[in-house]
Amino acid sequence: MARTARKQQPAAEEETAGARPFWSGTLTFGLVSVPVSLFPAARGGRASLRMLGPDGQPLARRYYAEKTGKDLDADEVVRGYEVDKNKFVVITDEELERLEPEKTRDINLTQFVPADSIPPLYFERGYFLTPASGSQKAYKLLAETMDKNDLAGIATFVMRGKEYLVAIFSEKGILRAETMRFPDEIRSPDDVGLPEKKSAPAATVKKFEKLIKSKSKKQFSPSKLGDKQTDDLLKLVKRKEKQRGNVVRVEPEADTDNKVIDLVQVLKKSLGAKK
Amino acid sequence: MAARAIWKGQLKLGTTKIPVKLYSAVQDKTVRFHILDEKAKARVKQHMINPDSGEEVPSEEIQKGYEVEPGKFVILTEEDLEKLAPPPSRDIEIVEFVPQDEISQQWYDRPYYLGPDNDGNKEYFALVEALNKQESEGIAHWVMRGKYYAGGLRPVDDYLLLATFRDANEVILADQLPKPAGAAPTQKELAMATQLVEMLKGEFNPKDYKDEYRQRVMEFIEKKAKGHAPRLKPVKTKRQSAALDNVLAKSIAALKKEKRAA
Repeated sequence: MARTARKQQPAAEEETAGARPFWSGTLTFGLVSVPVSLFPAARGGRASLRMLGPDGQPLARRYYAEKTGKDLDADEVVRGYEVDKNKFVVITDEELERLEPEKTRDINLTQFVPADSIPPLYFERGYFLTPASGSQKAYKLLAETMDKNDLAGIATFVMRGKEYLVAIFSEKGILRAETMRFPDEIRSPDDVGLPEKKSAPAATVKKFEKLIKSKSKKQFSPSKLGDKQTDDLLKLVKRKEKQRGNVVRVEPEADTDNKVIDLVQVLKKSLGAKK
Repeated sequence: MAARAIWKGQLKLGTTKIPVKLYSAVQDKTVRFHILDEKAKARVKQHMINPDSGEEVPSEEIQKGYEVEPGKFVILTEEDLEKLAPPPSRDIEIVEFVPQDEISQQWYDRPYYLGPDNDGNKEYFALVEALNKQESEGIAHWVMRGKYYAGGLRPVDDYLLLATFRDANEVILADQLPKPAGAAPTQKELAMATQLVEMLKGEFNPKDYKDEYRQRVMEFIEKKAKGHAPRLKPVKTKRQSAALDNVLAKSIAALKKEKRAA
């Protein structure tokens, strides 16, 4: 999610983040501060494949210098912004950190809006907020107040080298942050150049309204369609596992970071549920 | 400048087919950096290596595997993966409708505008109007670029917006989680907190929010490019704590004072 390129950031590392909070900080409304932890509200894909060598050994991605062909370690690479073709300005981690606007280090809820008033095209990614120890009461107070009044809180804050616009929602006593796109990242139909609106024949509108009514459901039931591909892949894996020649065994990797983490269990623990 | 359509298809609604073009509704403005070789000040390349030997493995020798248990991989060939791809189709099938605002924000992934494929497509605008009148959102299923998609179809400013959904297996819903532990707030605290949020209540005005950090980083890059980067001070953090009702009362008083001054 920190899409600002970090130095040496293997893709696998992003996907396994989870046991530790994604971010810890403070949520504030008025002068009330609620220390919280942030956890992703979505798991990574279940069907991630590894790149393996000819003998099945898991491979690693490395940066290398084009001229010498030599591999580069994390301390041999820097981050550069291309100001002109092939002209770069080097920006350090320290500089990026020091450029962070001070006021946005907390999630400061400066505004509350009707919870259903934000158009879906703003939403990017969801994170559950869990109370840090000692902040349960203030957390519950905010969650309950927002829920009762059907409100979402709006804030901007900086996390991992990027500023986020977030809406905080309360559902079943749990606070959830949805990161949003900034308005200048959203195109209008005009920006896209969609053709001018034409008046629609009343009879066709009626026909569609009838169709909508006949196919309407009161509640949204999540479609399993997107999961079909993953399910198919896992089925194929099961089948191939039983056949000879499709399986390779190597020394399991030592780093525990690659362990699959059950995000729901982590969240349950973090919300302080009894076992 | 008009955007280019990224895909063409047809909305299937009962027996009606409406030809449409798909356009991205967003434009990511995140500041993007390149990874550079510090010594050579040149862009780096990436390759795959065998971490044991440090040797490069050429792409034609790389296999893909699914780790069924630590250290045990099932190899999947390119043919295997091709067979798993859904059959190509141009149909965006509307399977049902739900009230707008029924779908949690958590489901939405990437938004696209659908534009009518041939000018003056009256059925397109009739569908927009019908969805507006019924305050309805369509649930769509389609296949695009070798992948199944589900998404929500709703009207935005006289046009159709199709937002893809995340896969059901990926989304964690509040239903699956326990209520947070800890003492419940008192009635007095709830009343005060309600008073506080009511004072901060308003309409959602996206134009009020700017990516200030992005702006600061870009300004700094420009200055540094010209050779005079300003000195940056380290940032400080602050903390405070006090009894909840005390802080609530102070917050309300501060806001009242602000409003009077305005």
